[in-house]
Amino acid sequence: MNNIDTFDTATLWLALPEIFLLSAIVVVLLLDLFLTKPFKQVTYYLTQLSLLITAILAFNLIGEPKSILFGNAFILDDMASVFKIFMAGSTMVALVYTRHYLTEHKLFRGEYFVLVLLAMLGMMVMVSGYSLLTLYLGLEILSLSLYALIAIARERAGAVEAALKYFVLGAIASGLLLYGMSMIYGISGSINISDIATFSANATLASREMLILNFGLVFLVIGIAFKLGAVPFHMWVPDVYQGAPTSVTMFLSTAPKIAAVAMLIRILVEGMGAMHAYWSDLLMVLALLSIALGSVVALMQTNIKRMLAYSTISHIGFILLGFVTGVISGYGAAVFYVLVYILMSLAAFGMIILFNKQGFEADKISDFKGLSKHSPWFALMMLVIMLSMAGVPPFIGFYAKLFILQQVVSAGFISIAVIVVVFAVISAYYYLQVIKSMYFESSDKAMTTTATMDVKLILSINAVLILMVGIFPDFWIKLALSLF
Amino acid sequence: MDNSILSLLIWLPIFAGVAVILIGNERANMARWISIVVAVLVFVMSLSLYTDFDTSTQLMQFEEKATWIAHFNIFYHLGVDGISMPLIILTTFSTILVIIAGWEVIQTRPAHYMAAFLMMEGLIIGVFASLDAILFYAFWEASLIPMLLIIGVWGGDNRVYAAIKFFLYTFLGSVFMLVSLIYMYNKGGSFSILAMHDLNLTTTEQAWIFWAFFMAFAVKVPMFPVHTWLPDAHVQAPTGGSVILAAIMLKMGGYGFFRFSLPITPDAALQFSDIIIILSLIAIVYIGFVALVQRDMKKLIAYSSISHMGFVTLGVFALFLAYKPGMTEAALLGLEGAMVQMVSHGFISAAMFLVVGVLYDRLHSREISTYGGVINSMPKFTGFAVLFAMANVGLPGTSGFVGEFMVILGVVQANIWYGVLAGSTLVIGAAYTLWMVKRVFWGAVTNPEVGSLSDVNAREFSILALLAIVIVAMGLYPQPIIDVMHVTIEHLLNQALTSKL
Repeated sequence: MNNIDTFDTATLWLALPEIFLLSAIVVVLLLDLFLTKPFKQVTYYLTQLSLLITAILAFNLIGEPKSILFGNAFILDDMASVFKIFMAGSTMVALVYTRHYLTEHKLFRGEYFVLVLLAMLGMMVMVSGYSLLTLYLGLEILSLSLYALIAIARERAGAVEAALKYFVLGAIASGLLLYGMSMIYGISGSINISDIATFSANATLASREMLILNFGLVFLVIGIAFKLGAVPFHMWVPDVYQGAPTSVTMFLSTAPKIAAVAMLIRILVEGMGAMHAYWSDLLMVLALLSIALGSVVALMQTNIKRMLAYSTISHIGFILLGFVTGVISGYGAAVFYVLVYILMSLAAFGMIILFNKQGFEADKISDFKGLSKHSPWFALMMLVIMLSMAGVPPFIGFYAKLFILQQVVSAGFISIAVIVVVFAVISAYYYLQVIKSMYFESSDKAMTTTATMDVKLILSINAVLILMVGIFPDFWIKLALSLF
Repeated sequence: MDNSILSLLIWLPIFAGVAVILIGNERANMARWISIVVAVLVFVMSLSLYTDFDTSTQLMQFEEKATWIAHFNIFYHLGVDGISMPLIILTTFSTILVIIAGWEVIQTRPAHYMAAFLMMEGLIIGVFASLDAILFYAFWEASLIPMLLIIGVWGGDNRVYAAIKFFLYTFLGSVFMLVSLIYMYNKGGSFSILAMHDLNLTTTEQAWIFWAFFMAFAVKVPMFPVHTWLPDAHVQAPTGGSVILAAIMLKMGGYGFFRFSLPITPDAALQFSDIIIILSLIAIVYIGFVALVQRDMKKLIAYSSISHMGFVTLGVFALFLAYKPGMTEAALLGLEGAMVQMVSHGFISAAMFLVVGVLYDRLHSREISTYGGVINSMPKFTGFAVLFAMANVGLPGTSGFVGEFMVILGVVQANIWYGVLAGSTLVIGAAYTLWMVKRVFWGAVTNPEVGSLSDVNAREFSILALLAIVIVAMGLYPQPIIDVMHVTIEHLLNQALTSKL
């Protein structure tokens, strides 16, 4: 492992993806100013290109030895690179769907893409941050971009309300996180993850030091739980998911989850791994509450975006369960689950966006009535997505749950595993509601789509991947495990 | 070809199903012909399992093994023995029936209908052929999906309720099985079902695992008191759905007891066998009485199915009572009887549901009271119907007799009172079946519409005749099927009686 304390320009290339993206943002922002209306699409293509190049640059860094750079503020390891690739990839897919949405709803503006790129930069900093300060900065870059993105539909009351709610609650969460960080800094004397790890692993800590360390830890966990949307810090999730423009909801529910999980890994696993016994109990409570509430409350929803919000909460619960186990393969299971969740979430929101038309959001479950008749192909794909989310084999969602359950049982929590699968069955009910609407009910009003070929193609590939990766999941499981 | 016959049986119908979907509802005739050709082809290929089967060994045959998910030590591992092979042939046979039965009747989205049945065929063969627990579980759950759609899309008025109830009930049952499979994986390091057979488990572990399996399999069989989804599902499902449900899907539960419960948790099975036997007897007697009062023909047959499947669980768990050191005959009789009963019930229940289907296609009513005197307008059809009813009653000379008789013989040696209770089904079963026959087929025509019914056409005649031949043949000469399973069942009995403690 390279460990370079000082700032050395010779190591800058290890942060090349970030540096490139930042420059690209500046270019896109400036260029967009001078583009006249007919050429606005250029912004979109440039954004996609920047993301693609960022991903390629990150890909080239895979296999580099683990290096901690820039005065212990930045880490480059395979986990960071792989996460960056997945974030860039999922953002690119999300943007394909987004363009359709923005065009239909007359929200197509250059700023949207710049904000997405900025959020992406924030996430990359979170993934590679190795001091509390960098992590926090990354989180804020991400959050501020997201607040603005939600409010971009400024004439919609729901969107503005969602943005405000997210902003207020997000600010509180950031405050809690900072408070926890200050505690940790106060007692350990450092904001570097590696120093904190050494400090907290010290067996000779006085009980007073332990107390403060624990105190800070609780606030850190709360801050992370807020960002992930775990119960009881989930209040913002349903409102924001429902109120935000669907394209933003989609973005919100995908790449930032990777970043939040990365932050959790950096702070809890790498920074405070020695205190696993303390934080795993906290995560266990969060996980169980999330799974229970997410599964039960979603039963009553008629709005599919809100339903997916609760479904996200329950998925987050499963992800947290992976961290409870405290072993490498448990973390691997959690990371695998996140990647799987993102694949499913992209497809689910993509499906909603597909049927969006000017003035019509297609976000009620009843909007999907009779879809199997009017558009059997997309109905079949929605069926795949829903069953995969419910954890029915042979779709990928099953293997994600299997991996988590296997780790939970192996850690000795058999009763937890039983409780969790019962809630999984309960949650199957609301996924079945969507299938019921599409297949068992009929409607005279045909759902049609005005989407262009690229949206349909990417969406189809996305859904087929849910099946294909489900049939051959080995590579992805190994990939997730290799990151630790 | 010899080595990949099982894969072929699984994947050919599934890919054919995809192809049929792509052909689409607009070219329905082409879809129908492709479906039937594939179904017949798969059936013919599955017969080679029988002809090439080595009846002298309990080992798995036609084995295939490839790494699937290396990290978890999960293999794509297929193979059949004397328990699963007959069930696979039953599956391929029933699929032909339902495809012919749905030929003209299904007019809404015919291609999707055929595709659903083809895919389900492949998935169910996968269930019976899997030797890896996760592969088994994947097929087990995946087979719910086509059935959910079949009930929900082509079902009756209350289909949504029935479809979702069916799905959730069986899903809930099987997740517990998943947890116990994972538990055994963590203990033994392998998902191989055969390795699980040899896994040492303590009394407590066995008890938990036994009940987890019980949840999964009892719901499928279905056993009293978790049977309530079945009447709903049957009544609402289209004829083909009912046939597959009764003929094959219920057998998945019975198969589970054979393949998992007995060999993996023998001591728990012994410990709890009384409870299971009592539940089975309740199913046989009480559900028989419930069947008696039904007004809906499909519901009556559904309850009769539950009652007959009670014989399967009874035969399986009576072995612990019937067994006396040095005398394995009684226990073996019960177990083989259970297996024969599963196959025979597959044919008889399919036949009964097809009979109702024929009537329903004409008058769109399942109520017994709608009919009366059907014999006057449909003599040929009535001939078949009465034969199948007799088989349902368990008349000697039909396949229904063989299995039940073997189980009763085994049980009588275990406990005479259990035997008497089980034997009472011959009276109760006769009562509800023959009373239905009397009200539907005999007597004078009361409903003028019944008087103008047309008798079965060639298509219907052929499927009914096919079933009649099989039912009578199996009743007169059941030896071939017993030969096939004999060695495997002996081995299973040995496993079940060998304590793991």
